[in-house]
Amino acid sequence: MSTTRRSLGLVAATAAAALALAACGGGSDPLEQDDGDSPAASGTIVVGSQAYYSNEIIAEIYAQALEAEGLTVERNFSIGQRDAYMPALESGEVQLFPEYTGNLLQFFDPETTATSPDDVYAALTDALPEGLAVLDQSPASDQDSYTVTEQFATDHGLTSIADLAGVDEELVLGGPAELEQRPYGPQGLKEVYGVDVAFEATGDTTVQDLVAGTVNVANVFTADPRIQTESLVTLEDPEGLFLASNVVPLVADSVADQVADIINPVSAALTPEGLVALNVESTVDQRSTEDIAADWIAENLG
Amino acid sequence: MNLFADAIAWIFSPDRAAGSLPLSQAVWTHLAFTAVAVLVAALVAVPAGWVIGHTGRGREIAVALSGAARAVPSFGLVLLLVLVLGVTHKVGAATTAFVLLAIPPILAGAYAGVEAVDRRVVDGARAVGMTPGQVLGRVEVPLGLPLLIGGLRSATLQVVATVTLAGYVGSWGLGFYIVQGIQLRDFSQILGAALVIVVLAVVLDLAFALLERAVVPRGVAAVRRT
Amino acid sequence: MTWVADNLDLVGRLTVEHLRQSAVPILLGFVLAIPAGWLAFRFRLTRGLVLTLVGLLYTIPSLALFALLPPLLGISFLSEVNLVVALTIYAVAIMTRFVADALASVEPAVRQAAVAVGYGPWQQFWRVDLPLAGPVVLAGLRVTAVSTISLATVGILIGIDNLGYLFTNGYQRQIVAEIGAGVVAVVVVALVVDGLLVLLGRAVLPWTRRGVAA
Repeated sequence: MSTTRRSLGLVAATAAAALALAACGGGSDPLEQDDGDSPAASGTIVVGSQAYYSNEIIAEIYAQALEAEGLTVERNFSIGQRDAYMPALESGEVQLFPEYTGNLLQFFDPETTATSPDDVYAALTDALPEGLAVLDQSPASDQDSYTVTEQFATDHGLTSIADLAGVDEELVLGGPAELEQRPYGPQGLKEVYGVDVAFEATGDTTVQDLVAGTVNVANVFTADPRIQTESLVTLEDPEGLFLASNVVPLVADSVADQVADIINPVSAALTPEGLVALNVESTVDQRSTEDIAADWIAENLG
Repeated sequence: MNLFADAIAWIFSPDRAAGSLPLSQAVWTHLAFTAVAVLVAALVAVPAGWVIGHTGRGREIAVALSGAARAVPSFGLVLLLVLVLGVTHKVGAATTAFVLLAIPPILAGAYAGVEAVDRRVVDGARAVGMTPGQVLGRVEVPLGLPLLIGGLRSATLQVVATVTLAGYVGSWGLGFYIVQGIQLRDFSQILGAALVIVVLAVVLDLAFALLERAVVPRGVAAVRRT
Repeated sequence: MTWVADNLDLVGRLTVEHLRQSAVPILLGFVLAIPAGWLAFRFRLTRGLVLTLVGLLYTIPSLALFALLPPLLGISFLSEVNLVVALTIYAVAIMTRFVADALASVEPAVRQAAVAVGYGPWQQFWRVDLPLAGPVVLAGLRVTAVSTISLATVGILIGIDNLGYLFTNGYQRQIVAEIGAGVVAVVVVALVVDGLLVLLGRAVLPWTRRGVAA
């Protein structure tokens, strides 16, 4: 109890100090301090990330790797999903961003037919708008999948998404709200595999909802550690509804040469298992993103 | 103003009847969350407010608790309760957060209404032999109704706008379209859903305005007219 | 609780950001609400207009307003200006009604006395009406400050980092302590600012203290 009170006191003291700080700064134009509006000062590289903890860890690794080489980095993390942050990349407000090849390709070219990692990467380099480039892709991948519980897979003899068509109970697909509109969403399932599903937005708790049974098919990222810990079964995707999606740094042309030699070794060292391990450190061990990134760099690039 | 035209087109598009959450169902769940939250909050706050107003005791505690409750961010509370109660109780978690949001204005309306009754009227009621219970039930509560309805009105307007956050945890309410629209950068969808919420709020506000007028006791209304 | 102990620097940094983002809307809301509240108090015609308008503004869901400002204002989606403008709109919406009520609470006799001793309308407003309306205005400012600080957390959904980050990040990582720390930090910040406003009120409106004591 006393520790709680002490930390509360600390928070209160911080708050009071912060208010004084804010009050002092009140004379100048507060909007000047705005992070997003003005292009970063020359020499500063703005690293962005999705509002996805795993993506943020990779972004933090990029940031620390750049800082270790003496570059000045500004972090603009937790921006949102692709449609929300891409304009900032295209305008140059953000210059380096951890991305995923397949999803990124589908964003720029929804009609793409590439599915294998190398085809996707090649198609992506062609599809990128002017001013943006990708560095080397990493062997680590984190792609969308349709995943079910082990029990459900056994009960219905499921190994592939196509097997869902034979399931006799109502299928409820869980995922983020925007999945409903994605090419691989309910409509893609129907067109590619002839599978009819109801859709339920499950936000950031898709895996918990799957385990609790509120949905029976879930859109889970393949690097999610809970696929192992919760004994989930990721259904095979023979028709390539999902594109292979490896981690890839998306950069502004203006800084591509400057950061390539620093970031390419990071991508090379990041393995599929390594990415899952990073996610475990964040969700199970509850370590801070900075610490996870610092330790990973020390172990893999040191 | 193109955006507004697109938003109106979004609302009236035939697509709104289809999809995982048809617009009518979104409106319905949005209103259901609002109604349940305000009703539950009223069940707690109205009797408490009447007792505080009648006895004059506990007002400081009520003011302090209301202030603290106002400071609690509804968004954080919804997410916290979903994690604590589990994903099978998302509806309960979200409702609880909205109830907490609705309590302070209802509580304030209930005790302020009773307190605002002219002390001479209360003394008069006692003088004609009314018990404390009768004073509360027949004098203070009826005369305090307009302020209580005002509190319910303000709670309802806050909740109907805040229920939007339920769309972050599941397929409920008009917030679903806003959350989806933000990720898809579909501004006509965001504005369309927001306009529907504003219309709901305005309709509810008008209904309460009529109710506020209707609950003025006939005797009081007669005096006011002269 | 270990999460909190390990991440005090993160909580501290986000707290500073949070205060910085909230301070401007609270101040701007206060400044803008004085003329708006005066309009609502002074003329029958503007009263209906102003109060209906601020009532409508208040019903716009915050999440939608945050997201709609970039296309409406033509600014970047990432800009903090979105959050500041949106919170200012809500602050004005809350404050204006309080200012109008506060001015209405000043006794007409006092106003007549001010006219009698030769005050012009401008002088009368600043030297009689506003000071006497002070306690109610202060109450409004306190409500505005607390709700602005609480509402700012929704900014994380459009990518503006503040204490709201702890909500979405904690939700994804399923760390109850992280979200809990965020909620507690927001409440503490709001109550500290509220307390400071009370102290400020005592300094600026010294005559109200006697009223309370009596």
